[in-house]
Amino acid sequence: MLNYAIRRLLFAIPTLLIISFLIFAILDLAPNDPTGNLPLTIPPEVREKIRMALGLGDPFPIRYLKWLQQFFINEPLNIIEQAFGITIGDSENRLRVQSWATRSPVVDLIIERTPQTLWVVGMSYVVGILIAIPIGVISAYRQYSVFDQVGTFISMIGFSVPTFFTGLLFIVIFSSTLGWLPSIYDTTHEVTDFASFWFQVKQMIMPVMVLALFNASQLSRFMRASMLDNLSQDYVRTARAKGLKEKVVLLVHVLRNSLIPVVTVIALGIPQIFGGAIITEQIFRVNGLGQLLIVGIQGADIPLVQTLTFIFAILIVFFNLVADIVYGMLDPRIRYE
Amino acid sequence: MTQQASEINSTAEDQVLLQVSNLSMHFPIYQGLMRRQVGEVKAVDDISFDTYRGETLGLVGESGCGKSTAGRAILKLYQPTAGRVMLDGVDVTQMEGEQLRALRTDMQMIFQDPQACLNPRMTVGSIIAEPLDEHTRLKRAQKRERVRELLDAVGMNPAFENRYPHEFSGGQRQRIGIARALALEPKFIVCDEPIAALDVSIQAQVVNLLEDLQSQLNLTYLFISHDLSMVRHIADRIAVMYLGKLVELAPRQRLYSLPQHPYTKALLSAVPEPNPETEAVRERIILQGDVPSPANPPSGCNFSTRCPVAEARCRTEIPAWRELDSGHFVACHMV
Repeated sequence: MLNYAIRRLLFAIPTLLIISFLIFAILDLAPNDPTGNLPLTIPPEVREKIRMALGLGDPFPIRYLKWLQQFFINEPLNIIEQAFGITIGDSENRLRVQSWATRSPVVDLIIERTPQTLWVVGMSYVVGILIAIPIGVISAYRQYSVFDQVGTFISMIGFSVPTFFTGLLFIVIFSSTLGWLPSIYDTTHEVTDFASFWFQVKQMIMPVMVLALFNASQLSRFMRASMLDNLSQDYVRTARAKGLKEKVVLLVHVLRNSLIPVVTVIALGIPQIFGGAIITEQIFRVNGLGQLLIVGIQGADIPLVQTLTFIFAILIVFFNLVADIVYGMLDPRIRYE
Repeated sequence: MTQQASEINSTAEDQVLLQVSNLSMHFPIYQGLMRRQVGEVKAVDDISFDTYRGETLGLVGESGCGKSTAGRAILKLYQPTAGRVMLDGVDVTQMEGEQLRALRTDMQMIFQDPQACLNPRMTVGSIIAEPLDEHTRLKRAQKRERVRELLDAVGMNPAFENRYPHEFSGGQRQRIGIARALALEPKFIVCDEPIAALDVSIQAQVVNLLEDLQSQLNLTYLFISHDLSMVRHIADRIAVMYLGKLVELAPRQRLYSLPQHPYTKALLSAVPEPNPETEAVRERIILQGDVPSPANPPSGCNFSTRCPVAEARCRTEIPAWRELDSGHFVACHMV
């Protein structure tokens, strides 16, 4: 297993290098201009100087190699220095990946934004899983019952209606009309006592539920299908013939086997949490990673977009490996060599 | 074996372990937009027979005639539509929930497909030990001892207890299935085509194992099969099924030498002779047509559409299940 994981990680290196190159090339080919958002009164020759100052004067391969060096050497060195409080080499003049818009290091921006995203989007993922699994299990066990029909209907709505619509609908109902919940997520809010904790809960409910509904709709379908698949297996009949309690048959035999593919789907979905729900974060003004990416794209902030997208790529490759390994641990028929 | 069978016949009713009376298993058919019930598949229709302690009752018939359904309905893995199943004086069909679970220690089943009927994620040890967890209060060490004992009894290495089912061959998996069924020391075991999925070379091993275990543990088998020569080898008495109904039941020797029902005759004539000279002149009864659908069985005798000797009466009147002479039952107007 360990050998397999190491081999997969080694194979990931060329894959990621190719991905980083593709992202860089696509962003470079895109007709965007980092000075496009600046006031129109700035004369063209000044704009040209700004572009030169941002490093756009270098040819494409040079810029790519510089980014590679900044991302793979300078940034890790910086993280090590900060973590252990030491100085390695000439750290004052070491160039980090810098945002063109804010002139601050991209990695610092990402570290700053990550907690909000993990809280809101991560929480919605957890809530979604907690809703989806019982619904999937009961729907499958009572196939074609009223519960199953209603569950199917709701999950169809859940993943066919986009989150930007349900989000706005929630805001109209719960913020504008009923006035129960705030429509804007306040990132600066700090939890100090019960009242502020309650406010935190209230401001999280809507973004979390919008995303949870979407996640739960998909996962509950997976869960239901997987349960149905296993419920009709012969070993379930064997379990009943052994005289086991129905609860044991369902939870020990059927559920545990049904969870194998579902756990894989869940693991594969984790990178999306880090990606942030771009649209939902935008609607509720959660300034997480998704919003950072949107602002970066709008402002043609290429180093920011490049770095952020590449980190997503790393996470996707990594969680693919995690999903495979988890699958191998859960299913004794699968062994990696 | 003949002696044994006649002994069983001579000893009276108190030797009966399992008494099946008028058992029916009909599955509803739903169709259309509103899923209305439009009919039913009469998978098992009004069958009655007794099984004596320590004997093997063979249940034969072609595919789809309701053999497996009958076996499962007897063990109440299905809820039978009608009828009564008395196992050692207890009516299984009336049992529900906890009572039924407790009764599972007396009756077990060996399934046809040894691959599919073992949970792929459980080790062999835990598959066999699970009924012990559920029905006994053995200590962990005692359970482990029992599992190893059972594996040994079915001719497997006790060290295999930590392996998973996919690591074994078909025959070994069937042995695991047998060990699993034996774990609770049942009185009665339904063997649902236990050898159909195995290679011929392995079939004999498994059948011999079943016979050895029967004599050691005084087990009673309902041996469901479509393999006539294998049933002839293992069964003391044989019941023949056609389209959900029993057509004939007789001690083995008698059934093979003096079959009464035209379907039994046709079925037995299909068994090839080992001797090529007699095989060449052997007369085969070839039945015309196909088996009717159990959702829409013919009126009168189920076999009347294909019977070589059917008369007008056979197409209107359902033949009664009657005893010809001691222990030979048949359902036919023409006998």
